[in-house]
Amino acid sequence: MTVRLRALSVLLLAFVLLLPAAARAVEIKRVLSPGGIEAWLIEDHKVPVIALEWAFEGAGGTDPKGKEGLANLAARTLDEGAGPYDSQAFQARLQDNAIGLGFSAGRDAFGGNLRTLADRRDEAFDLVRLALTEPRFDAEAVERMRAATLSELRREQADPNYVARRLFYGTAFPDHPYGEELRGTLDSLPKITPDDLRGFVKQQFGRDRLLVAAAGAITPDDLGKALDRIFGALPGKSDVPAVRDVAMKGGGETLLVPRPTAQTVMLMGQAGVKRSDPDWYAASVMNYILGGGGFGSRLMEEVREKRGLSYGVYSYLIPMDHAATVMAGGSTVNAKAGDALEIMRKEWKRMADEGVTEQELTDAKTYLTGSFPLQFSSTQAIARILLQVRRDRLGIDFLDRRDALINAVTREDVQRVAKRLLDPSSLLTVLVGRPDGVTPSRTINGGS
Amino acid sequence: MPAVFSRCRARLTGAAVGAFALLLVGTAPASAVEKGVFYPESFTLSNGMQVVVIPNHRVPVVTHMVWYKVGAADEPRGQSGIAHFLEHLMFKGTDAVPAGAFSRTVAKNGGRDNAFTSWDYTAYYQNVARDRLELVMRMEADRMANLKLTDAVVYPERDVIIEERRQRIENEPADRIGEQIQATVFVHHPYGTPVIGWPQEMSRLTREQAEAFYKTWYAPNNAVLVVSGDVSAEELKPLAERYYGVIPARAVPERTRVGEPPIAAARRVELRDAEVRQPSIRRIWTAPSYRVDPDKQAYALQVLSEVMSGGPTSRLYRNLVVEQKVATSAWLGYSPSAWDLATLGAGATPATGVPMDKLEAALAEELRKVVQSGVTEEEVATAKKRMLAEAAYARDSLTGPAQALGAAVTTGQSIDEVEEWPVRIDAVTAEQVNAAARAVLGRENHVTGLLLPLKDKES
Repeated sequence: MTVRLRALSVLLLAFVLLLPAAARAVEIKRVLSPGGIEAWLIEDHKVPVIALEWAFEGAGGTDPKGKEGLANLAARTLDEGAGPYDSQAFQARLQDNAIGLGFSAGRDAFGGNLRTLADRRDEAFDLVRLALTEPRFDAEAVERMRAATLSELRREQADPNYVARRLFYGTAFPDHPYGEELRGTLDSLPKITPDDLRGFVKQQFGRDRLLVAAAGAITPDDLGKALDRIFGALPGKSDVPAVRDVAMKGGGETLLVPRPTAQTVMLMGQAGVKRSDPDWYAASVMNYILGGGGFGSRLMEEVREKRGLSYGVYSYLIPMDHAATVMAGGSTVNAKAGDALEIMRKEWKRMADEGVTEQELTDAKTYLTGSFPLQFSSTQAIARILLQVRRDRLGIDFLDRRDALINAVTREDVQRVAKRLLDPSSLLTVLVGRPDGVTPSRTINGGS
Repeated sequence: MPAVFSRCRARLTGAAVGAFALLLVGTAPASAVEKGVFYPESFTLSNGMQVVVIPNHRVPVVTHMVWYKVGAADEPRGQSGIAHFLEHLMFKGTDAVPAGAFSRTVAKNGGRDNAFTSWDYTAYYQNVARDRLELVMRMEADRMANLKLTDAVVYPERDVIIEERRQRIENEPADRIGEQIQATVFVHHPYGTPVIGWPQEMSRLTREQAEAFYKTWYAPNNAVLVVSGDVSAEELKPLAERYYGVIPARAVPERTRVGEPPIAAARRVELRDAEVRQPSIRRIWTAPSYRVDPDKQAYALQVLSEVMSGGPTSRLYRNLVVEQKVATSAWLGYSPSAWDLATLGAGATPATGVPMDKLEAALAEELRKVVQSGVTEEEVATAKKRMLAEAAYARDSLTGPAQALGAAVTTGQSIDEVEEWPVRIDAVTAEQVNAAARAVLGRENHVTGLLLPLKDKES
């Protein structure tokens, strides 16, 4: 997963962080297994489905130099054979029992998820345990996943949004894992061996890094037993390289990658706020009004609704563990790119100078609080929300406090955070296409 | 039909198609196969508007959708894109809810809303807390009857859909060739025309044309209300009567679309582009849909699709990717939800260094094998078991069931047919799968699409 994808999931939660009374009926149970593994559970037997989400915090945060893409390749190959089952046999057991099992390497954690019907849960839990503790990494499977990853990377080079993202993060975080392509490169991927993957798993999957959340048709007792069964055999301690905090670079630059596309893709951003920042809620409200709220946001209103310059423009917050950004983006016909970019920068400045109106503030709060229960749309979604609350250290009563935290944001708070964050002159801007009306500070040919 | 265009980026398109595909392939109790997938309740208002309710009481929220039985394939010739354009314009106001106020009101109330258009249907939806259901029903009913458009809001929006076309189709070679393939598969039927429209026609669409389309098709008796979530039919009925039931029924034209002429020839479409670093191949056939299925093959084709492409142990992946190593991915896809003919497609991405003609031959050989030798009883049994075991997942969603039922009803299926899906899948035999494979994949009048780098870069 790219920074953007991981960030969007965080963001989703950021939007969601308040639970209206209506959804408060859900009760979060803290489950401690006999072996000492903790999980949070929302128990619900209405549908016979169980979802488990877990993360090894910090795992995969750094790939060794020259072996970029290691964690991601491990994620792709973990369910390609384990214990007595080769790849086809393992996949057949998953498929024939309608078990969904997935792993993902993120910037700040290595994640996993399981979805199973209640009556197949024993098989499901065994398969997860095997994948985590006895993955095979057979040469054939590793080669196949490597080839698939390379193929994806090549395909994405034709996507201007991808090119823009890569250049943005590469420029903002040079010499830091956040600046690298999480899936590796055409050069690094061929250098990763099955032994590298085995070493990675052994070293980085420790119970000291593990967070688990669950939802659905399982009792706390049964979940407790399942936790030991699945994760109990993992080492107690992991060895994960530290990642340093990093400040964003490239402020004030406007980079252009010329591409023969129909539109110019625009991406701009600067340092944002981390999830633990006291200004997080004020920043979330500000972002919603600026460009996070879809229709009716200032960016959409000015760029799309009034002028028809773009199908969509948006802003979002990306809180990572070691850096944070506030971003905006969109795409527009090449001839109008200069106009669109100017309007976006103007809105950036207007927010910093003037803040928001009382009406905008009220509307943002009712949206951010009212839309929360919509997120509880499936068993898996519920488990995912719980895991994120744990990852963000928000506390088991967070869902009850969520409304109050958002509702406490004042216009002054928004104004303060806008002034602190938004400065059009220090934005890093990346353009991909053939934009008219823009003078880049650098042109990068063939970049991606 | 996979192409769906919606009003805002990344809100529903993928989700709609994805959820929809999932629901069409997966459902049913795991043990005994009996009728029942979503267990909806349905009734019809006095003006002929159909209502479908899918109770789901997990959290106090609802998805409220209005589906119109009209889409891009019903457009007047020369006005391609008008159905989707009107979808955008439905947010441009009535006397009671002026331009921009619809989405703003939904958001203020903690809800989300959007809309999407396909060849056969146009749908509008809001996800809201259950106590806001009446509010969105009132607004949705209002714009069914009272849309008022002005040039000042219509023409900037036309620029927006043109940008949408650039972003969705023109910016990426893989999307450009997809459009060209579709236009080649259907040489006469409007499914060959992109839902979003051809650019030279989009730029000439007018307010008057949008209004005419609205007046012709947007009547309660041509619409289906689908509500899923924390509500019962009993609770919904009086509200539906109050807001939708009072809108008078109108005569709505029959859907009369031209049919496809006999197509005798295989066709090839090739797009070479400097941006392409990863080539790929697709091959598409026309196929029965649920509605147009004289030989009752739609269910057998779904089982065929699962045997060929249902995950990493399926035939195409196992043979082309795992064993022969000529491809990094391989698939076969079929969705039977269409008012007229559906399509069935297969495709692959080559492994590094594998020439495209070799990949094409390997893919063709897999398809030839299934046409000539068929699938085994065991393959069919395993595929059916997998498909039926997905049952509980289909209901474990708020919007998925509403989308599946809305799409089914607007493409000519009955609710009973949807609910009978597990029984019908369970009844499919290997012999039927083989007959269906011969009938579709055995034909030579397919379209092959190749996405390629410029010649000097070809791997």
